[in-house]
Parts: sequence; structure tokens; C-alpha cells
Amino acid sequence: MSELNKLTLADARDLLRKKDITSVELTEACLQAKGDGKALNAFVHDTSEVALGQAKAADGRLAEGDAPSMCGLPIGIKDLFCTKGVPSQAASKILNGFRPEYESTVSQKLFDDGAVMVGKLNMDEFAMGSSNETSVYGDVVNPWRVDQRNLTPGGSSGGSAAAVAGDLCLAATGTDTGGSIRQPAAFTGIVGIKPTYGRCSRWGIVAFASSLDQAGPMTKSVRDAAIMLEAMCGHDPKDSTSADLAVPDFETCLTGDIKGKKIAIPKEYRMEGMPDEIEKLWADGTAMLRDAGAEIVDVSLPHTKYALPAYYVIAPAEASSNLARYDGVRFGWRASIGAGDGITEMYEKTRAEGFGAEVQRRIMIGTYVLSAGFYDAYYNRARRVRTLIKKDFDDVFGIGVDAILTPATPSAAFSLGDMATMDPVQMYLNDVFTVTVNLAGLPGISIPAGLDTQGLPLGLQLIGKPWEEGDLLNTAYALEKSVGFVEKPQKWW
Amino acid sequence: MTIDTATAAKVAKLARIKVDDDALPAMAEEFNMIIGFIEQLNEVDVEGVEPMTSVTPQRLKRRVDEINDGAQQLLVLSNAPDAREGFFAVPKVVE
Repeated sequence: MSELNKLTLADARDLLRKKDITSVELTEACLQAKGDGKALNAFVHDTSEVALGQAKAADGRLAEGDAPSMCGLPIGIKDLFCTKGVPSQAASKILNGFRPEYESTVSQKLFDDGAVMVGKLNMDEFAMGSSNETSVYGDVVNPWRVDQRNLTPGGSSGGSAAAVAGDLCLAATGTDTGGSIRQPAAFTGIVGIKPTYGRCSRWGIVAFASSLDQAGPMTKSVRDAAIMLEAMCGHDPKDSTSADLAVPDFETCLTGDIKGKKIAIPKEYRMEGMPDEIEKLWADGTAMLRDAGAEIVDVSLPHTKYALPAYYVIAPAEASSNLARYDGVRFGWRASIGAGDGITEMYEKTRAEGFGAEVQRRIMIGTYVLSAGFYDAYYNRARRVRTLIKKDFDDVFGIGVDAILTPATPSAAFSLGDMATMDPVQMYLNDVFTVTVNLAGLPGISIPAGLDTQGLPLGLQLIGKPWEEGDLLNTAYALEKSVGFVEKPQKWW
Repeated sequence: MTIDTATAAKVAKLARIKVDDDALPAMAEEFNMIIGFIEQLNEVDVEGVEPMTSVTPQRLKRRVDEINDGAQQLLVLSNAPDAREGFFAVPKVVE
């Protein structure tokens, strides 16, 4: 069988169980595709030997009939996840050479189910960015191209998105603090879901903003998202915010029947200056859900406009606290110091050398909004606004709404380098449709919904009720069937 | 609120990030742009609204107060840039 790397998780799983293919064959196909795909700069740390060892073990389990869904399936792991004995540096110089002595809960759960790690994936430094241009490993390139121009795959899970869209692995883990799974999924024509805050353990994932961070899968289909999400979820005593709730069988939730479901269209997401193409995509998606039997209602989420400014207080505040641990003492980079330099100079030089410009900017903004005299005016005010943003959603779900449909991003993928001429605030606008979901702790999924006139993928986002990922995935599944998105990037690499 | 270079220098110091003096004016300007964006929040009436502490209503799980990990000195030190005699080594702290 040729081009095994192009399979979905679901198809590969079924072929493995039927013994039509082996995990070693599948893994070798992905390692080959990964080697051929170096121009995308998606994979950063080679774990080929680990992968082949895991594949052999998985084949053993499959032969014995002990095969969970993920058994033998080659996936990529975002560099933000700590993987035991394998470099894990959140795409930052400050974690240069760091090899964790432990495994993140999410990657451990995937490996326990038999998943195979093809490699570690590039990302924005500490997951701070929307274009994958802040990485110490260099930019990731989107497999989709227009006129030979190199485009961004989005960020921060840009390596994950590019690797899955380019068929270098079957699926990948991502993390999402303000849109870092959903925006890159939309830019590369794949599916990405951020589950409810607390669904996945954050233990062993390098922390950015702890009240917003969630892990999730990035996959080629909604069914694959259901399969992989289920393997990633579950209570973990090592993360006190992880929910002690049973994890449903998400795949069986995919009936495609959404008759009578109430889908809301929030008027505040109709931004001024929104491209006609995005407007049309949204209207077409709405019509498809209506045709599938859903009831469409117009709703208002009045505090939407304030989500981004609230996010740019809360996320940097939490980051400034979380990133205080990088001090050159316990792990990673330490600057060389001059004669007479004390420990303070060592900290200051280490952090100046080890953190990139965007990370430094966010740490300092966070430091400022938490500093004496400004804590109430900025940080507490932002947390109050966050309460109101969540209430907006509670009110909408309170009238019986099952899911909310919005565009995933304000544009298609842009050129690498375009951000350089933008100010930070313009850059932050990339997350305008996704960031509300993190602030309210809700599940959100981005699915490919069409191509723009340049031939680039565009995504739609569905937002669900807390802990109702199964229902959300089913609505996404119905929309996916109606859209029938089958386009793939033309291989140029 | 405008951030001048002195404030920018103070923030950098608090964050323990060395910033050269000639980089401070540009940094202050950038901060002002971001803070200006954040100040939109002043338009929102937050009277009587509680600041969010937990996005999900559930109580944090508690566990029994007993030791379940430890005695891993070598593993803890394995990634240190400078570890000596079982300790993290740093420049002189006390004169």
C-alpha cells in the first residue's frame, strides 16, 4: 500500500486491526515523509529511534488483540509537551538542552494507548505568537502556497498544523491559550479542537497562562479529533484543575444527526471590515446547518469587543509569573557573567539572552499590570470583564442554544514576514474570534470550510457548552459532511 | 497613563530582564501602544462584578496530605547548568 502517511487516524486504525498494514510500515512512511518535508521546518527534534521502538511494541499489542484506538498510530508532539529524555524546550533558547526526567500526562496517556511519536514539533516560543515566527528553531512554512510565496501556518501550534496538513504524520498534539490550535488548523485546512478547560491535564506541559491553557488534537477529520481527544482527556491527580469527570466515547457521538439543535449566530462577530469571503463562508456554513435540520438563532454576546484587551492583561500577567522560573539556576540556558557580577546580574543577563523579543514583551507587560498601584486598575478589572464575557455565553446557553457558529479567523494565511511591519496590537487581532472561548473556558473546534479566491483554506469555528465536547464534535461532523472539504495542498517541498 | 523610559526601566528590573538604555525609549513606546489597547476595558461597567478566580465552577480536588514523591536529587539536578556536590551552584549571594 502506498503513501500510508496520508491516511487518517480512523482508516489507519482499521487497517492495523485488520492486519493489512503494520505500525512499523506506517511509521516508516511517516519518517520518510518527515525527512522529505524538511523545507516546512515543522519537526525539530528527531525521535526516529523512539518511534520505531514504539511501533514495534504497538505491532506486538495489535498481534495480541490488545489495541486501543491510538495503538500504532504515528503522531507529532508539540515541543511544549515535556517528553522524557527527549529535548523539550518550548521553542525557546532559554530551555536549550533541557531533557525532562518525566513525561507530560497527555503524552503519557497517548503512549499508554500505543501511539507512536514521530518527532517534536515546532511552535511559537512559549506558545506566544500567531504566525510561528517567534520560534528559536526558525519559521514554520505552511504546506499551502500561493505564487511561490511562503505563508505562515499560523501559531502557536504551527508545526503541528503544517505536519498534519503536509501528511508528515497522521495527527498531532497542540495547545491553545488564545486560539493556538484553532487558528493554525484554519490556516492549513485541518481540524483542531480545544476542549473545555479542565478536560486535559496540564501537567508536564510548559505553562504559558495557566487559567487559559488547554491541550487538544490537530487532525485530518472530525472523527480523528474524536478518537484522539478521548485518548488525551481524563482526570489527573497531578493537575488540581483537571476535571474528575468520566470521559465519554466521543466517536460514538458522531451520528451526524443535528435535527432540532439550536445553533446561534452572534452578531458581534460580524466585524467591521470583515472580508466578503469570510462573510460568505459563515453564511454558507449557517445555511448548511439549517439544511441539516438545525434551528438557527441570532444572539448577542455583548462583551466580545473586550475579550482581546482582557486577554492581553490576563495572559501576560500569568505568563510573567509562570516564566519567573527560568532563572538559569535549575535548567536550560545560563548566561556567562562578568567579574563582579552577582546573582541578580546572572538572572538579568540569562533572561535577556534566553527569551525572544515577543516573550520579553509579554513578561514585562504582565509585570507592569501586576505591579503595585496598577493591579486593581488592570489585572482585577480584566478579571471582572472576564466574568462578564463568561456570563454572555452562559446567557446564550441558558436560552437553549447548543452551539455557536463563527468564523475561525479574520483572514486566510498571510505571508511569512508580514507581521514584521505590524505593531503588536495588529498581530494580536488574529485571535479575535478564538480568544473569547479560552476566557470562558469553553470547548471550541475549527473545521475547514472552503477555499478563498487565492485557493487558501478558511475555517469555521463551533463553540460548545462546557463538558459537551461529544455534542460539539457531532455538530462539527454534520458540518464537515455538508461542506465536503477534500482539498489538499499541492506538494512543492 | 503614559509609560516613560524610567517606568520601562523599572519594569525591566522587576522582570529581571536586562535592557540596554538605548532600547528603553522604543520599549516605552511599545508599552504605551499595548496599554492604550488594554485601556478600552475602562469603558466596561464592572460595578459589583466579581473578578473571576476559576472559569469552571467545580471545587479544586484535594488529596490526602501524605508524601508521594521525593528522594530524586540526581534527577532534579540533572538539567542544572551548574550543579556541585548535590546542590545548584550560583554566583556568590552573600559577601
